[in-house]
Amino acid sequence: MNRHEVIREDRSGGIFRVHRSVFSSAEIAALEQANIFQRCWLYLGHDSEIPNVGDYRRRTVAGQPLFWVRGSDGQVRAFYNSCTHWGANVCRVDQGNAEVFQCFYHAWTFNNRGDLVSVPDETGYGEGFCKEAMGLVSPPRVDNYRGLYFVSFNPEVEDLVSYLAEAKDYIDLILDQSEEGWRVVPGTQKYSVRANWKMFSLNSLDNYHVRPLHSTFFKYTESLGAGDPPVSPPNGFPGTQGRALSLRNGHGVDVFQSLTRARPIAHWHPILGEDSKEEIRSRRVRLVEKFGAERAYLMCNTNRLMLVYPNFALHDIAGVSLRYFEPTGPDYMEVTVQTLAPVDESAGLLNRRLENFLSFLGPGGFAHPDDIEAMESAQLGFRASGPEWIDASRGMRREGTALDEIHVRAFWRQWHANVLGRAKAERDHD
Amino acid sequence: MRDMNSRRQNNSLDERIGKLLLEREVEDFIAREAAMLDEWRLDEWLGLFTDDGRYVVPSTDVPGGDPKETLGIINDDMARLRGRVERLKSRHAHREFPWSRTRRFITNVRIKEMTEEEIQVNASFLVYRIRSGQVDPLIGGYIYTLKRMDGALKIAVRTAVLDLEALRPHGTLSIIL
Repeated sequence: MNRHEVIREDRSGGIFRVHRSVFSSAEIAALEQANIFQRCWLYLGHDSEIPNVGDYRRRTVAGQPLFWVRGSDGQVRAFYNSCTHWGANVCRVDQGNAEVFQCFYHAWTFNNRGDLVSVPDETGYGEGFCKEAMGLVSPPRVDNYRGLYFVSFNPEVEDLVSYLAEAKDYIDLILDQSEEGWRVVPGTQKYSVRANWKMFSLNSLDNYHVRPLHSTFFKYTESLGAGDPPVSPPNGFPGTQGRALSLRNGHGVDVFQSLTRARPIAHWHPILGEDSKEEIRSRRVRLVEKFGAERAYLMCNTNRLMLVYPNFALHDIAGVSLRYFEPTGPDYMEVTVQTLAPVDESAGLLNRRLENFLSFLGPGGFAHPDDIEAMESAQLGFRASGPEWIDASRGMRREGTALDEIHVRAFWRQWHANVLGRAKAERDHD
Repeated sequence: MRDMNSRRQNNSLDERIGKLLLEREVEDFIAREAAMLDEWRLDEWLGLFTDDGRYVVPSTDVPGGDPKETLGIINDDMARLRGRVERLKSRHAHREFPWSRTRRFITNVRIKEMTEEEIQVNASFLVYRIRSGQVDPLIGGYIYTLKRMDGALKIAVRTAVLDLEALRPHGTLSIIL
């Protein structure tokens, strides 16, 4: 299939289809590496993971070994994890604190600002050898928005804020929920999916599957009893349920009413425990005072499934989760999940927040294993040569609800532009 | 003098036999539990827990993490554990419908500590999950806190600590580990 023709869109007929080969083609996967993963901004980590001078974390981003560290000057830097001498990894554990990184191969030593500070038998090098030029190498661009760090291997990439486009507003809506700020809770869920990485991007936006696929989860939470009654949405809240939205540049969000579901910020349900009722309700009161009823409603009584294109899902649902995933081949991806909590949250509510998170989310939750089963099942289904297309037409010909695929199509349009070597899709919206 | 010596020997023999019997009882308990899980006799398995029992699987990067303040993979009290079993028995737990085949190899069972109320037991596990053309080994260790209630052993806490660095290529922990 010619890559120009892998997406078929008929706006007047309300049809949007994607050719299945995009999930298994090695040629497409190579184009994605070159045009997406080496050109976009990719999520690296959260500020709170390296709070002190010398703190570091090791990461793989787009298949490249990196680590990022808070230097002795307080500045956060990311480095390729490769000695400038013969290439071995200089950072050999996932996290820690160090003044220097000494390569174990020949003992070249770098400080935590990346400078090469010591070379054994330095006199063996000639005059042309310049220690100052042999420091650790940084990826071309590293920047953060409100403590969320991103990296890009593309020196020409647009500024992070401009790249985030309208996703920025939704990041604000999530991060503003804690007046004192957020921290990454220790503990990382690392798993894989035997499916194409784009399945995870799509699953992260899609709300249409939630009720049919995750019925066992709802059965469980409903068995626990009722929480605080749903809060009526303010005037102007889109639709009765919410809305699927394109946030430009391939980013998207699904905003939907939480109704009776638990939100640590801030809608109480029995799953969060009697002992947390007051803390949850009082945070809601503070948010109404600070931001007004309308914004507080969005913060406390709606959920968000957000995708920052291409591979960073920031979900504000059973808790705030940071999920990033990347392909190691057309039919396999590695997934990493962390969760944020307000820095000032009580130990009791943190415990409940984590229990609530685990009930739905993660590789051992009551819902997410079935997402993974569905992605893997689709990947197997794509081996069938009869059906050629997947359909993403839902909601093209109406105002739009939270169950529509507006954000999914926005993802595909941006993806298609990138695969064709263009920076931006011609259209962000239906 | 002779009496005292022989009594000491007898005591020590009794102790050693008692210890052996307890070890056998614990090993047998764990082997029976493994069979229940491999045979998907999940309701029966739930009956092995105390009323305030707990089942925990920590995350692979913080294997000793306290689940109250560390994100793990599973942290079930009895309400959630019953919910988990209910879910696994449903045809809507899609990752486990149909059920995967599992085979558990549990060894190196050691009684680590014993008080009047509790016995702490450590063991090593190798659990294979077989489904959809994949064979995925789960490797790690159990830490049990057992209690004796009405003569029978019950599980107060069952922590399964994975040695794996990640659930890759497994993807999920959809069976009871």
